[in-house]
Amino acid sequence: MAKQVKQLDRVIIRFAGDSGDGMQLTGDRFTQETASFGNDLSTLPNFPAEIRAPQGTLPGVSSFQVHFADHDILTPGDRPDVLVAMNPAALKANIGDLPKGATVIVDTHDFNKRNLAKAGYAEDPLETDQLDEYQLHAVDLTGMTVEAVKEFGLSRKNAARAKNMFALGLVSWMYGRPTETTISFLEKRFAKVADIRDANIAAFKAGWNFGETTEAFVVQYEIKPAPMSSGTYRNITGNLALAYGLVAGAVQADLPLFLGSYPITPASDILHELSKHKRFGVITFQAEDEIAGIGAALGASFGGALGVTTTSGPGIALKSETIGLAVMTELPLVVVDVQRGGPSTGLPTKTEQADLLQAMFGRNGESPLPIVAPQSPGDCFDAAVEAIRIAVTYRTPVMLLSDGMLANGSEPWRIPELSELPTIDPAFATEPNHQTGEGKDEFWPYVRDEATLARPWAVPGTAGLEHRIGGLEKGDGHGNISYDPANHDLMVRTRQAKVDRIADALPPLQVDDPSGRARVLVLGWGSTYGPIGAAVRRVRNAGMEVAQAHLRHLNPFPKDLGEVLKRYDAVMVPEMNLGQLSLLLRAKFLVDVVGYNQVNGMPIKAADLAEAVTGLVESTVGTDPGAASGTADRTHQEVSS
Amino acid sequence: MTTTELPFPGLAGVPTTDAPQNRKEYTSDQEVRWCPGCGDYAVLAAVQGFLPELGLRRENIVFVSGIGCSSRFPYYLDTYGMHSIHGRAPAIATGLATAREDLSVWVVTGDGDALSIGGNHLIHALRRNVNLKILLFNNRIYGLTKGQYSPTSEIGKVTKSTPMGSLDQPFNPVSLALGAEATFVARTVDSDRKHLTEVLSAAAAHRGTALVEIYQNCPIFNDGAFDAIKGTPRAGNADGGAADALIPLRHGEPIRFGVPGEDGQGTKGVVRDTETGGVRIVEVTADNQAELLVHDAHADDPTTAFAISRLTDAGYLHRAPVGIFRQVQRPTYDDLARDQVATASQGTDDRNAALANLLGGGDTWTVV
Ligand SMILES: Cc1ncc(C[n+]2csc(CCOP(=O)(O)OP(=O)(O)O)c2C)c(N)n1
Ligand code: SF4
Ligand SMILES: [Mg+2]
Repeated sequence: MAKQVKQLDRVIIRFAGDSGDGMQLTGDRFTQETASFGNDLSTLPNFPAEIRAPQGTLPGVSSFQVHFADHDILTPGDRPDVLVAMNPAALKANIGDLPKGATVIVDTHDFNKRNLAKAGYAEDPLETDQLDEYQLHAVDLTGMTVEAVKEFGLSRKNAARAKNMFALGLVSWMYGRPTETTISFLEKRFAKVADIRDANIAAFKAGWNFGETTEAFVVQYEIKPAPMSSGTYRNITGNLALAYGLVAGAVQADLPLFLGSYPITPASDILHELSKHKRFGVITFQAEDEIAGIGAALGASFGGALGVTTTSGPGIALKSETIGLAVMTELPLVVVDVQRGGPSTGLPTKTEQADLLQAMFGRNGESPLPIVAPQSPGDCFDAAVEAIRIAVTYRTPVMLLSDGMLANGSEPWRIPELSELPTIDPAFATEPNHQTGEGKDEFWPYVRDEATLARPWAVPGTAGLEHRIGGLEKGDGHGNISYDPANHDLMVRTRQAKVDRIADALPPLQVDDPSGRARVLVLGWGSTYGPIGAAVRRVRNAGMEVAQAHLRHLNPFPKDLGEVLKRYDAVMVPEMNLGQLSLLLRAKFLVDVVGYNQVNGMPIKAADLAEAVTGLVESTVGTDPGAASGTADRTHQEVSS
Repeated sequence: MTTTELPFPGLAGVPTTDAPQNRKEYTSDQEVRWCPGCGDYAVLAAVQGFLPELGLRRENIVFVSGIGCSSRFPYYLDTYGMHSIHGRAPAIATGLATAREDLSVWVVTGDGDALSIGGNHLIHALRRNVNLKILLFNNRIYGLTKGQYSPTSEIGKVTKSTPMGSLDQPFNPVSLALGAEATFVARTVDSDRKHLTEVLSAAAAHRGTALVEIYQNCPIFNDGAFDAIKGTPRAGNADGGAADALIPLRHGEPIRFGVPGEDGQGTKGVVRDTETGGVRIVEVTADNQAELLVHDAHADDPTTAFAISRLTDAGYLHRAPVGIFRQVQRPTYDDLARDQVATASQGTDDRNAALANLLGGGDTWTVV
């Protein structure tokens, strides 16, 4: 049968099923196919905190959303155009997110009384009119899978497990995805179990062929590759990029990397990844708890290695005292917080940005700490390198604030040339830096560099520089214990000044204000970059003017931030918390920013934010009609997020 | 492991010097600020006395401590040092020792520091067998915070925080360390310079975690806690004073103590208790002499060492074995971790090229 081919500029697909159905793998494979095809893309995995929540129930549903396009996109998308639901619970949990007219592919196999009841369906939705607004394809994917892999003699259960590959084959056909990467992936993954390998490949091909031959699917879609700047690309998740950034930063600084860490979602993958890279001189230490993880990292830093610790919010709470010790001893240390929903254990697998104030102030005493945040999965690489640069240059712990959305989400990443990376100089102390009254050479551990205020990093093994450091207040210069009031005041101010000095070497804040006439600025940090960018595009496409800026450095802020804020009549700050950056901005710059706050564990939706930005632009411009943004072109067009 | 492999190459990898060293070089310019009569002075003197004898380069020695009176120790030694935070020294020292093969790393900690707030780090350091020497100053009290009871204080201890007496069973640090399968466990007393030096030297020579419990008198908040075992008259020991209280452990020798008899040896001894599976104390007679337990610190199985450690009083201290309870060889965590790195690094001479490979791995595509 001749199939129609339709052109689309972008599609959002969500694969949903039971946590045991392999939806993360399915989504990941589709993403890899899409990446190698050359579309721009962005992904959002969403899974329960339980490893195997009860089968067939709503809490057990796991999903993977991928947004891909023929142009550059910024977010995993608000509302899926296509839902693949492998059981009743997956349908029930996700159908509410779909716009009318969306395509729904359902595996009918589990639509029996028992599973319908588990999902909370009183009636079979496939037999009522509840799905009439959607383009429904109800197909027995499991049954066809079992049939397709019959020849390999697997148990029925094992045969049925290949249904995710059947679904992947079908959707790959619908969107004209290349299949080679998935086939070679399966060959490798199941190299040791020939029957399972063959069954998965057969199911994948059968799914593709089903699309090709069945009359149920009449349309195939084409999404052209997106233009991208030249370079070599790969698809990368935030956690992988962050781990690579840590290795790259250590190589640039020519330091061995010592990771002390305790497993915690969603940060564990960084520990796993770094554990594979011992050949770069990386030592990974799985400690007995978070306190030992950071303690060992700090001990390694004292010994001249690059100490790193990785965790999530609850772990930061445990590490605070040691971070304070690192502030006091002024040793390089990178503390990675992959934020998740809080407080307490909170929502381990969901995203949030509510640790900003904890990073900023969550220690006793005046304990300033530089904070760096990545804005997209690929950007986790650069942010990690930047955190290392600051830690080594200024001899300070640095907080790197990622989050669950960045950690597990992915996007195409242009692989950098090593020459693009900064060189980082540990500049170890090698000789005495002070003379006593009697002309004897001495080493003083708290003598400071004039420009950076950094103290010397003198590592054990260096003769003549023996010294003691610790958590008690240090005397200026000589570094011996000092209880002198004036000295304490001086040291508190000096530690603050050292962190403030970091801003001297930061580039000015980049403000995207194409016409230069916008009166409203949207300012964000971290993973809200995508949704903010997408929302701003929508607002601009609706004919309004709005400026956008994004903070990589949360402490210290770029030097011109105050001046930038004052250029605009209104500033909106979208955050996945109750207004933590807003609080800092108000306190520091006395600017009454407008918060847009959402704390539901999910990324902000571009459409919702666009509405809020539009409201603020209209009310701001409306207060002074003479200055209304006078753009001629107000044609409304469908835009992508 | 066999005894013939001893002594352990505890200091392998740490650079040595032929230049003679003396106590003065190991003394920092900082004024020592413990209370007059504090047992910490004696330990400091012993350490400053024996460090020069190790023949190590001074810059390759590091002392890491937690918080407490005893944890001020590193400030008084002219080596590298870190006075860290309460209870965390074993963790910090683990990172340092793992990152740096060429350092001799020492931990100084108190009974509160090591066994209360830092108990977790201590047992894990012992289990991992990191190349660390841990000096646990046990004064059976919180000194720095002015005299609360500690996890080694006897039940019923009356302190500011326990006016009606403390309620909790104390830890026996040696039993605890043996339970964690530490490879070197010893006990000594602040006032016995010779024994202290002997035990510390053996600890220095051990490759792996060495735990040395040092009974240390705090004349301000727990004065006399060790009087009975030191034979101080006012402790009112019924019979032989120190001789009757301290059970010296010497590898390869029958365990005997007490006032010497006609043969010049202690009249008391330790034998196996077949009923309990533990050990018990007997009056030595001609009949039971052959049954006396011969101390084997090198036994792979820590059971007997543990049984011996149980001879320590949990209440006020009238009796305690001292010396090296256990000294066995097991691969150290830090050596193994460095081995893995070395194995994985074979063929990676150029970290930059390897990095370019790593970043450019996976499924890639090129846009021109
Ligand atoms: C996190 C933290 N909690 C409490 C304290 C207070 N503190 C300091 S030392 C100490 C107990 C010290 O006892 P010990 O380890 O036996 O040392 P000693 O002073 O007896 O040598 C306490 C509770 C602290 N410094 N830090
Ligand atoms: S309080 Fe006790 S332990 Fe502390 S310094 Fe004084 S005597 Fe020593
Ligand atoms: Mg104490």
